[in-house]
Amino acid sequence: MASFFDRLGFNRKGSKETLKDRLELVLAYDRAKIAPGKVDALREDLLAVVKKYFPTEGSNIEVEQRGDTIMLVANIPLEKEGAPGKR
Amino acid sequence: MNAKVIVVTSGKGGVGKTTTTANIGVGLAKLGEKVAVIDVDVGLRNLDVVMGLESRVVFDLIDVIEGKCRLQQALIRDKRVENLYLLPASQTRDKDALDPEVFKTAVKQLIEEEQFDRVLIDSPAGIESGFRTAAAPAQGALVVVNPEVSSVRDADRIIGLLEAQQISEINLVINRLRPKMVASGNMLSEADVLEILGVKPIGIIPEDEGILVSTNIGEPAVLGQSVAGQAFMATARRLRGEDLAFPKLEEDRGFMAVLRRLFGGK
Ligand SMILES: Nc1ncnc2c1ncn2[C@@H]1O[C@H](COP(=O)(O)OP(=O)(O)OP(=O)(O)O)[C@@H](O)[C@H]1O
Ligand SMILES: [Mg+2]
Repeated sequence: MASFFDRLGFNRKGSKETLKDRLELVLAYDRAKIAPGKVDALREDLLAVVKKYFPTEGSNIEVEQRGDTIMLVANIPLEKEGAPGKR
Repeated sequence: MNAKVIVVTSGKGGVGKTTTTANIGVGLAKLGEKVAVIDVDVGLRNLDVVMGLESRVVFDLIDVIEGKCRLQQALIRDKRVENLYLLPASQTRDKDALDPEVFKTAVKQLIEEEQFDRVLIDSPAGIESGFRTAAAPAQGALVVVNPEVSSVRDADRIIGLLEAQQISEINLVINRLRPKMVASGNMLSEADVLEILGVKPIGIIPEDEGILVSTNIGEPAVLGQSVAGQAFMATARRLRGEDLAFPKLEEDRGFMAVLRRLFGGK
């Protein structure tokens, strides 16, 4: 989102930064030949499954770019007390 | 324009077809129409990024045509404006994957079954198969032209081809006009373009840095207050039949431009 200062052009971080972020992501998907929305859907599904077994809140699955490959990276903290998940 | 299905085309590349499709599409939706914008630039899709909807693409036009998904599944609803949908092109296939007759059926379905008021088709550059496919379902055309020699020449060629395809309603959008250069006699004016092409402009859009900024952030200029955004909005109104005069254009620089950006959005 462009802030008040972005609009004025006072901030060094202009719309270019937004563009760079968007371009990096869109190019990663282009190169991987996969639709961004599909990865989003997959992520939601995976999170739902993870939640079923590990009912912790801290799980997240993110799209990351490593070199020219795009990866789904999952961080799933396991409960310390060994509390069994709902089944 | 009475045409429900309108192709946005130019012949020459890079003159502003995608920018025009996005802005007129958003403009018409803001005016209450149910609008679909379709990217037909198979293999080189861009309308998704210009509209800022790239992260939501799941299926595309080729998936629809090959029966891999239903039409509704491929339509991306724009959450910023009511009744606006994008049908993206495929980025991984090539132009031959899109047959004009099959494309026509899909567009017909949008109008007849999904009750769209307007379908805008963003054509690829050139006069070959990509353009022909884009124009196949259209009853009307917006020809985008820049006030310079090669663009005007290509526009003339395109107008001839459109007429040969029985497209009756052809309107001109003059884009990237620079009022100061027109004033100094170094750029064709809208009157010159009309005189040369014999087609009346429905829109005159000035050169405006605001277009670049709005493209950077994926928010079409009609959603803001830049001069080009206002000119696109006026074009959408004329397209719906409003009799709007063309305001005198001034370049969006200097103090007023800063004030406008400060108080009025982008
Ligand atoms: N009125 C304008 N003022 C300033 N820049 C503009 C204007 N209209 C378009 N542009 C810029 O010109 C470039 C080309 O525009 P656009 O992609 O819409 O053209 P196109 O005709 O769709 O190109 P292609 O033939 O490759 O599909 C873009 O960078 C866009 O931001
Ligand atoms: Mg384009």
